[in-house]
Amino acid sequence: MQIVLQQIINALSLGSIYALLALGYSMVYGIIKLINFAHGDIYMLGAFCAYYVISLWHFNFIIALLTAMIVSALAGVVIEYFAYRPLRKSPRIAVLITAIGVSFLLENGMSYLVGSNARSFPQVMEQVNYNIGGIVISNIQILILATALILMVLLQVTIKKTKMGRAMRAVSVDPDAAELVGVNVNHTISFTFALGSALAGAGGILIGMYYNQIDPLMGMTPGIKAFVAAVLGGIGSVPGASLGGFLIGILETFFQSIGLSAYKDAVVYFVLIVILLFLPAGIFGKNTKEKV
Amino acid sequence: MKANLKYILSWLVIMIAGFYLINALIMVGVIDDFIENMLVTIGINIILATGLNLIIGFSGQFSLGHAGFMAIGAYATAIITQHVSTELGFIVSLLVGMALAALIALVVGTATFTRLKGDYLAIATLGAAEIIRNIINNLKITGGSAGMFNIPQLCSWPTVYILVCLTTLVLMNFIRSKNGRAIKAVREDEIAAEAMGINTTKWKVAAFVIGATTAAIAGSLHASYIQTISPSNFGIMESISILVIVVLGGVGSMTGTFLAAVVLGVLDTVLQNFGALRMVIYAIALILIMIFKPSGLLGNWEFSLKNLGKHFGKKERG
Repeated sequence: MQIVLQQIINALSLGSIYALLALGYSMVYGIIKLINFAHGDIYMLGAFCAYYVISLWHFNFIIALLTAMIVSALAGVVIEYFAYRPLRKSPRIAVLITAIGVSFLLENGMSYLVGSNARSFPQVMEQVNYNIGGIVISNIQILILATALILMVLLQVTIKKTKMGRAMRAVSVDPDAAELVGVNVNHTISFTFALGSALAGAGGILIGMYYNQIDPLMGMTPGIKAFVAAVLGGIGSVPGASLGGFLIGILETFFQSIGLSAYKDAVVYFVLIVILLFLPAGIFGKNTKEKV
Repeated sequence: MKANLKYILSWLVIMIAGFYLINALIMVGVIDDFIENMLVTIGINIILATGLNLIIGFSGQFSLGHAGFMAIGAYATAIITQHVSTELGFIVSLLVGMALAALIALVVGTATFTRLKGDYLAIATLGAAEIIRNIINNLKITGGSAGMFNIPQLCSWPTVYILVCLTTLVLMNFIRSKNGRAIKAVREDEIAAEAMGINTTKWKVAAFVIGATTAAIAGSLHASYIQTISPSNFGIMESISILVIVVLGGVGSMTGTFLAAVVLGVLDTVLQNFGALRMVIYAIALILIMIFKPSGLLGNWEFSLKNLGKHFGKKERG
């Protein structure tokens, strides 16, 4: 029982980071139907930004988190403006290739600028382990989980309660109709990218604290896993992306803990395929009937 | 048949002439080992990308798992030719790889194509390829994550050249056959195609299986020519780089795929002088091409001798 609870704690911390990444994927996909391959690299940018502000200016956690989120949001908006906006009317696959190009550019540009070696993430705070009935939980794990949950709630409130959130929902349902009723589609898309990228940046600093290690290619694998999580939850759905992230985290930790860590990726993808076969639009996705 | 005889013969002459041209250039010394290596890589990429173009461009299904099938071909050749290192062994391994890839594609295809489409399908095929790679990574017979080396080199550029010609011939004839038209009908409008009595799932899976088989051929050639393979060669980045060739050339244009494979192959070789900046320049080039030419280099234009003949027939249109 203790081991199970312990693994659940570990799974939740990892899963919350996947969930933060998956949210950005899901929102961007929901609004412009683009698999934003560069999203994982925005998360890398966030981690590096936090690395520099913490080791150079000794920012504390909150300020470092906010800086990473703002820088990532700016990066997301700039990327959208220069790389995706000119392709608004192009076939979707062309935008996808552009996103892959942006991803290559960020990864290799960063490797060129700062070197491709992994570096250790500075300690923002002393790690304290609490022992609750045999379960070890560190303050960093609590911080990761709390930050992720607060951000998810904030996001849900932004989408459901604010004017901009309403505009985002309108554009994702029908961009043309939204434009007709006076929504500025381009601003809304920029805002979505800012929001999604800020969450990825937050995920970056959290993973830096969790693994104590960052490198320019760190965004690649989590990026793909987060996309898988978003698809699993039903792409375009905010609660779905969070749930998908947690599910992937739990699956991975579970197979690692029963000694199948070599096959954990295969199992994650297998579960994904099986779930998709039964729920072709993900867990929370709307299954639209084809009409003539 | 008779009407087309002229064009069939012309293509045959072009292929043979191409072979002797490369042969002559190697004899004279214009093509050294370095350029020959580049040509072989381009050839392998052409086989991979034309197969993927059949799936994406002609049947309209989005697959991100092409490298997984390439891995099957590569490992089939690596394992078999290490035991039977003769030309015959290579041919047998090529066929075994193709059959295995076709079988797995059939299973994956029938499971996923009935239910999924669009990006969900892309992720499912990506998942299937990652599962294949993960299994190869953990088996003893495949050498685990270290991969396999000292694979006997049983193919040289003529083998690659002949197989490029053969796969292209088969693919082009398939696309222009009755069944090929069925596949294109599915791409244009699935509901309308179904209403016309086309079994849409069957033809989507057929395109997927044929694409996977060509990927296995390319994998066999890769293993035998490069002589070293490891599971990390066949990850998602490989699938994506094949996709880049297809989209850059123009989705639905085999001529475009040829052109893009050549352009990217040459670009890659030229950029090797730039060292660390190479991938940065490659990425910027990719983004710029897509922004200014979103439909790819050739769109869906297809080169054909027949149209060329008509073009020169009507001089006034220039």
